[in-house]
Amino acid sequence: MRRLYYGHLFYFIRKWSFVLKEGQVRIPSGCAISGIFSKKGNLICGDQIVKSISVMHDRSNGLGGGFAGYGIYPEYKDYYAFHVFYDDTEAKQACEKFLERHFDIINLSKIPTKKIPAITDEPLIWRYFVTPLPHKLSDSQLDEREFVARCVIRVNTQITGAYIFSSGKNMGVFKAVGYPEDVGSFYRLDEYAGYSWTAHGRYPTNTPGWWGGAHPFAMLDYSIVHNGEISSYDANRRWVEMFGYRCTLLTDTEVITYIFDYLIRKQGLTLEEAAHVVAAPFWSTIERKPPQEREQLTYLRKVFSSLLVTGPFSIILGFEGGLMALNDRLKLRSMVVAEKEDRFFIASEESAIRIIQPELDRIWAPRGGEPVIVQLEHGQGGEQA
Amino acid sequence: MMIDAKNLHFKALNERINEAAGEQVVVRNCCGQRYIASGLSGKRLELYGTPGNALGAYLDGSTILLHGNAQEAVGDTMNAGEIDIDGMAGDATGYAMRGGSIFIHGNVGYRAGIHMKEYQDKKPLLVVGGAAGSFLGEYQAGGTIIVLGLHAAERVPVGNFCGTGMHGGVIYLRAESLPVDFSERLLSKKAEQADLEAIMPALRRFCSLFHEDLEAITARNFYVIRPNTNNPYKQLYAAES
Repeated sequence: MRRLYYGHLFYFIRKWSFVLKEGQVRIPSGCAISGIFSKKGNLICGDQIVKSISVMHDRSNGLGGGFAGYGIYPEYKDYYAFHVFYDDTEAKQACEKFLERHFDIINLSKIPTKKIPAITDEPLIWRYFVTPLPHKLSDSQLDEREFVARCVIRVNTQITGAYIFSSGKNMGVFKAVGYPEDVGSFYRLDEYAGYSWTAHGRYPTNTPGWWGGAHPFAMLDYSIVHNGEISSYDANRRWVEMFGYRCTLLTDTEVITYIFDYLIRKQGLTLEEAAHVVAAPFWSTIERKPPQEREQLTYLRKVFSSLLVTGPFSIILGFEGGLMALNDRLKLRSMVVAEKEDRFFIASEESAIRIIQPELDRIWAPRGGEPVIVQLEHGQGGEQA
Repeated sequence: MMIDAKNLHFKALNERINEAAGEQVVVRNCCGQRYIASGLSGKRLELYGTPGNALGAYLDGSTILLHGNAQEAVGDTMNAGEIDIDGMAGDATGYAMRGGSIFIHGNVGYRAGIHMKEYQDKKPLLVVGGAAGSFLGEYQAGGTIIVLGLHAAERVPVGNFCGTGMHGGVIYLRAESLPVDFSERLLSKKAEQADLEAIMPALRRFCSLFHEDLEAITARNFYVIRPNTNNPYKQLYAAES
């Protein structure tokens, strides 16, 4: 019955998707995620991550694909790179007016794309390299990153038809409705190189899929790609919205990005601690830990109980200088990680790693709730291009 | 018969396998193709590379030898035949298996042997050379699962919630102690001669497939785990603490 019901719903949604956006309708997914990282900060061409994610074509259904690349804008590495979708030129004018009031815009341009039959109905896609205006920043009495985050949230909630989907330094998100390999070719990712890449192939199950709802979701330099479905979405959303975040996309993954931004940037937790909040061990597991660890895990579960993410997930968190892979504590989604010399790989399926690196030094499946963190080796800036 | 799977979609690859003349089929360069040999009978497959999910799902009598790692759901609802993996396998290996055998040289992921079952002469067998993840044999209703813990770093080569909801079949765990969260719903004992005799054919097969040392394997203790029929599940979903 359940299947039949969803099947009918799916046809309905296909028919009506031109009027409905995320959150206005629910379809119950498979998805695919992949990540490549160079510990020495060597530059990896964007075509590699496209090749990796394309092997898992059948895990997505053409309703979303996206990438995040780190170290891709070395010439503008000190500026926030805003990638923006506009529904129309009015939205663009309104947003640019806002940006000009708050930022020094060093450079602006359309993001280069290639017209291909597989990608249609694209919004206007623009890129701005910006830095906060000094007097605006000092008047706000905020630190620079908080100032930028608040401006991004303001645009996304208050300017109709404008959506800043990428806002970090020396990194960028590229996403669209389509299969990931088509999205990669649309954004000409083979013309970019970075020390770190993540990718997502989407099979939206709860929502119809639109450009803003594709992964990765990003805030400042934090980006998330996610395979799964969050059953704790509303509890998580209510908590982060107390701290100024606004879930504007009504799709579950967005909230994970804000959770990590909140825990790591605002609360100063380590990546491991943040992972233990999001994929907290069972109380029965905590009870068996040595006293000090037990106390720490108990503290994290109690203080941040609303940030426990339940339901199946495998995620890759991208950030400046590193990646973190994490499964839900029951490990309800597949994920493997591998190493070859200075390269580190994460993927939903081993085949997505083997296609770009047939020989590996080590490959393993992390346990549920066990974060796997990889960072640039000391002194490797990832900026040598 | 040799098939190069490079750039072949799973549908095309499976058609090639099904139509291959003769019993013996070698497939090279597997990379993510799902459902290889699903429901297949009467073939002997030798695979190289990394096949996709659900390798040998519903397998009905064929044998598969994989030189490499398998992904998720190997032998899903398999009926008969044998799958041998000289590498590791992902989550839900032997999912709802109802007959035949799976031998894994290395580790398996979470939920191996979940809901394995048996009926009359249909007695599935899953042998794991390395360690198993959590929920091994969850809801197991029949068949035999053997975990050897070879080359495993853990003292007990299985994760949490081993045998949760188990109500039939048997798990052999080669270890010096039981999992710390061992369920009250299960019974365990150290294997005696008769218990070991029952799995000797499986152990011999494992050793001959992957060149492991039978004496070294049998030199250590095995726990035999079965459901405790005197303490059945009365409340499945309410709090049982």
